[in-house]
Amino acid sequence: MLIKRPDDIRPSEITAPELYARRREFLKLAGLGAAGLTLARPGRLLAAESQLPGPFLKSPLSTMEALTPRKDATSYNNFYEFGTDKSDPAENAGVMKTRPWTVTVDGLVGKPRTFDIDEIIKLAPLEERIYRLRCVEAWSMVIPWVGFPLSALLKQVDPLGSAKYVEFTSLYDPKIMTRLPILHWPYTEGLRLDEAMHPLTLMAVGLYGDELPNQNGAPLRLVVPWKYGFKSAKSIVRIRLTDKQPHTAWNDAAPNEYGFYSNVNPKVDHPRWSQAKERRIGDFFKRPTLPFNGYADQVASLYAGMDLRANF
Amino acid sequence: MNTATQPRHGGLRMLSPTHIRIVKSVLFIVCLVPLSLLVARFFHDDLGANPIETITHATGDWTLRFLLITLAVTPLRRLTGWHWLIRLRRMLGLYAFFYATLHFLTYVVLDQFFDGWAIVLDVLKRPYITVGFAAFVLLIPLAVTSTNRMIKRLGGKRWQALHRSVYAIAILGVVHYWWLVKADLTEPILYGLILAGLLGVRAHWRNEERKRQLGGAYATRAPGGPKIDGRIIPIHPK
Repeated sequence: MLIKRPDDIRPSEITAPELYARRREFLKLAGLGAAGLTLARPGRLLAAESQLPGPFLKSPLSTMEALTPRKDATSYNNFYEFGTDKSDPAENAGVMKTRPWTVTVDGLVGKPRTFDIDEIIKLAPLEERIYRLRCVEAWSMVIPWVGFPLSALLKQVDPLGSAKYVEFTSLYDPKIMTRLPILHWPYTEGLRLDEAMHPLTLMAVGLYGDELPNQNGAPLRLVVPWKYGFKSAKSIVRIRLTDKQPHTAWNDAAPNEYGFYSNVNPKVDHPRWSQAKERRIGDFFKRPTLPFNGYADQVASLYAGMDLRANF
Repeated sequence: MNTATQPRHGGLRMLSPTHIRIVKSVLFIVCLVPLSLLVARFFHDDLGANPIETITHATGDWTLRFLLITLAVTPLRRLTGWHWLIRLRRMLGLYAFFYATLHFLTYVVLDQFFDGWAIVLDVLKRPYITVGFAAFVLLIPLAVTSTNRMIKRLGGKRWQALHRSVYAIAILGVVHYWWLVKADLTEPILYGLILAGLLGVRAHWRNEERKRQLGGAYATRAPGGPKIDGRIIPIHPK
């Protein structure tokens, strides 16, 4: 498959590799300093110990847009298992234990397997991918994820020819998560297999050069940057390949509002609000929303011939 | 409370005009607290990652709360016998309008930034905005007619009839909230239950009053007299 560069990168903006390597050294030093500081605080010990193996490759698929402040990306989250207010996940998700953690990959595959999260992290070289994130609620962010293409994980289990879809299941532990029957727990999401194998589709294990905070879906989450945010399931425990379109949590809850595809599309409004514009967190003025969240060059071909109003 | 102005009948059932004035002044300040907190949070950069959303939600919440507080005055007055409470109702109602105006302006100025076309489309196409907008528009005549002069000009009966539309406005307010929520209906349900209680108690009293009048019409209290069970049938002369 031809991977086009996003058209918003000018060659002058691309950092030379040698400079980039030095930048990483600096960041590592800064990170060590920060780790030293956090060591003094017992609560942060674990985070400081389990750092992701770096350095992270810089991805040509990254956008050059200004990053959303880390504070905003980690304090303004939808993770309804921990509450429906944007600030609830940051307040409540701390109780979720992300070690030990296993992820079962099964279904229509030749070699079903249960992976330990630390195995998954070493499965492929970790990359930093700076993606736009567009929420269905018409706000957006720019987040530097750390992860690897989902295809690298799926190749480990030999998908069968009959597999057409991938279903993702999030952790649901009623002892630590809200029991409000808002959605059918556990949270499930799904992609078509070709969407799942697309190079843009990322399994994220970190952000801003660090491990994923729990509220952002630790220890492993999906990131599908051309789809609304809720497609990117958090805290995944199971990935299953199927021949039938999987049930998805939001589609089950309100099928007229949230479709299976949920591609970012300024022309198809949510029944209760317009999708034509979005507010980038931190901005005062709204900006127009781009088809496929600005990733049309890379992904529009996946939907050639489909009516995206019917398949919203 | 041992001053010369303390009413002879004592307690909270009767307040002197001076005390009512004090209560009103304190209430005026208290009603500004939600706005002050919001302003303080703004200056402390504590409105979260999406400040416009925070302001929209806070002003909307307080509009609903003030509507419900206003509607609670009459039941509270009947339950406690504190008849002076009625003297506070107008201010509470105007505060509901004040927060509704802030809520509306937040939407028009901060959220849409005067994007007239987007606003018109929103009002026409999105039921929750249609309903919220209607509630706001219906509040305007109530605010405008809240002066003593307007009560006199309209006449008590007509003024009262007009201001009873607040029941419909409160229902629209709860529906507006109900429809905009994505999944967790806890809070809209809570507001809905409180409103249902406040309107329900009025319906109950009305019913009692009707029965009482009907009892009066039959007049006979003698044992074996007609059973009181009927409707008032309006008779229209031809």
